[in-house]
Amino acid sequence: MSATPIDTGFKGSAARNAAARARLLRGLLPALSLALVLLAIAWLNPRAISYFGFSLMLNLAIPIALATIAQMFVISGNELDLSIGTFVGFVGCVTATWLKDAPLVGVAILAGSIGIYALLGALIHLRNLPSIVVTLGMSFVWQGLAILVLPKPGGKAPDWLLAIMSFKPLFIPFPIIAALLIAAVVHFGLMRTSYGVILRGSGGNPAALRRAGWSLLKTKIVLFALAGLFGVLSGMALIGITTSADANIGNGYTLLAIAGVILGGGEFVGGRVSPIGAVIGALTLALAASPLLTFMHIPPDWQVAANGAILIIVLAARVLISRRER
Amino acid sequence: MKKLFVLSTLAAMVAAGTAFADTSGKKIAFSNNYAGNSWRQAMLDSYGIVTKKAVDDKIVGAADVFTTADKEVPTQAAQVQNLILQGYDAIVINAASPDALNGAIKQACDAGIVVVSFDGTVTEPCAYRVVVDFKDMGKQEVEQMAKFQPKGGNLLEIRGLAGTSIDDAIHAGILEGVAAHPEFKIVGSVTGDWDQTTAQKAVATILPSLPDIVGIVDQGGDGYGAAQAFAAAGKPRPTIIMGNRQDELKWWKEQKDKDGYQTWSASIAPGVSTLAFWVAQQVLDGRKDIPHDLLVPYLAFTQDDFEAALPKIKEGGVATHEYTQEDAIAAIKANIK
Repeated sequence: MSATPIDTGFKGSAARNAAARARLLRGLLPALSLALVLLAIAWLNPRAISYFGFSLMLNLAIPIALATIAQMFVISGNELDLSIGTFVGFVGCVTATWLKDAPLVGVAILAGSIGIYALLGALIHLRNLPSIVVTLGMSFVWQGLAILVLPKPGGKAPDWLLAIMSFKPLFIPFPIIAALLIAAVVHFGLMRTSYGVILRGSGGNPAALRRAGWSLLKTKIVLFALAGLFGVLSGMALIGITTSADANIGNGYTLLAIAGVILGGGEFVGGRVSPIGAVIGALTLALAASPLLTFMHIPPDWQVAANGAILIIVLAARVLISRRER
Repeated sequence: MKKLFVLSTLAAMVAAGTAFADTSGKKIAFSNNYAGNSWRQAMLDSYGIVTKKAVDDKIVGAADVFTTADKEVPTQAAQVQNLILQGYDAIVINAASPDALNGAIKQACDAGIVVVSFDGTVTEPCAYRVVVDFKDMGKQEVEQMAKFQPKGGNLLEIRGLAGTSIDDAIHAGILEGVAAHPEFKIVGSVTGDWDQTTAQKAVATILPSLPDIVGIVDQGGDGYGAAQAFAAAGKPRPTIIMGNRQDELKWWKEQKDKDGYQTWSASIAPGVSTLAFWVAQQVLDGRKDIPHDLLVPYLAFTQDDFEAALPKIKEGGVATHEYTQEDAIAAIKANIK
């Protein structure tokens, strides 16, 4: 190719255009699926499309979005975190007990738990362990700790947290503002900063990074610590909404978070993730799983199966469209 | 004459008010967090039968059932929020957690929705709670035991799922009963988790270390397992209080046919869901005097009537009872005093 420089330039720009178009379509895909689900909801129950409706339907999507972002960091390093759900539950229990009664101890425990996440990253990298096994084991540890902290459902969220989560801004519902904020902050950090490129590169081409002199141990630690940080935020947001905790409160988040990342245009390997897509994916899943189902009036015997079917349809649609795009 | 006319119109209006409840346009939703065992299935069946008739009779406009896919709190909280958006007038709920749904329940109350919880009740003060009098059930077990074993003796207690309010209440009732009947003494206590297999294992383990047992007080779902453990150990069969499960009543009948074995059976009826439904309907009807905590009776069978109930229970199921509007009004009245 280098023998005919003029030709290369022309072909290169055409290829670049095509690649850019593919990337744009890919980026629009999560937004498209969200729009579809919203349209379906608007058609089934017009009352839901209102300030009040969005506040109610989307506020439980905020903790899911945060957990999805946490999972996204882990996935961008080619790993998978099966403990994020129970970790969110553990954080919830700490939030409803220590963080309210002894804020300093609470903050210390939460900071410590982020530290444990960072150590897990180091362990997985140094011992070359499969992250699925390590985090599956950790999921039982977090669950056990959550039951120790809160043997019976109860506790109460700190007042400041309740105030934040029930904040009612003018015109735009709080969950939408929160979603925009999360997406913007993470997008800037991971997609627009130079260290963000390194972090994604550690999943995309670790060999090249190592040869360029970057520490893969450090990137893995940073990715897992970020996952821990967003897991903590997710647990706190969840308790701010539910007002009180339960040791099993976050268990469903593990798989929702993985599905959210994939629905949002991420890939399991190769450091290909999209923070904006992940947030949109989480919102879509939250809307598709519960409101859509409730509004469809499915007989109770079929509801459980229908919930799973909707998830599969939404995810399958994403795979179908993105395959055609190539 | 004119006065009489006014009076009679008034009377007619009052009569009309009671005969045609103005809830015919109201929609009641049922938020259920789990459907995966025989008790919950019976609960849904009873609810379906009663509400279908209520809708057909135009007592309420709609009564829809919503079951969540997992047993989890956030899913049910989201479900409650969606039911608010759906414009339901009342929500009957069997909750995944007594506390962690309070945020969503409060939102429902703030939106003017009547919330009635049962079985898995919620602590949010604005909601109604239909609670079975488990403490009285525990006490009654000992009272019944005193009839079958007038001489008294050693009792074995089988506890339910640790850490739940139900286990706590039944246990407290049993202790109260034993205090009133000093001829009985609890010599052993095991955890059966309301499950025949677990109970059988637990009883079999403790049995060799126990003196002679005249009776077993338990919490339902554990009586048949206890009987199996005694039979396997070759120990004499004590008086075992039963818990309305089909296998328990069947065993009771076999023993009765053999040698006139006597006992008593009690448990919470899955049909208590229908009572919660009627309470919601009564609140929507405009009744302001309903207490937020309603204590309702448990379902009991005696030596005389258990055989009639047995054929109606599904294999592996549990006895139930569908409540009527009159039952609900009577239950509310009993709680007002």
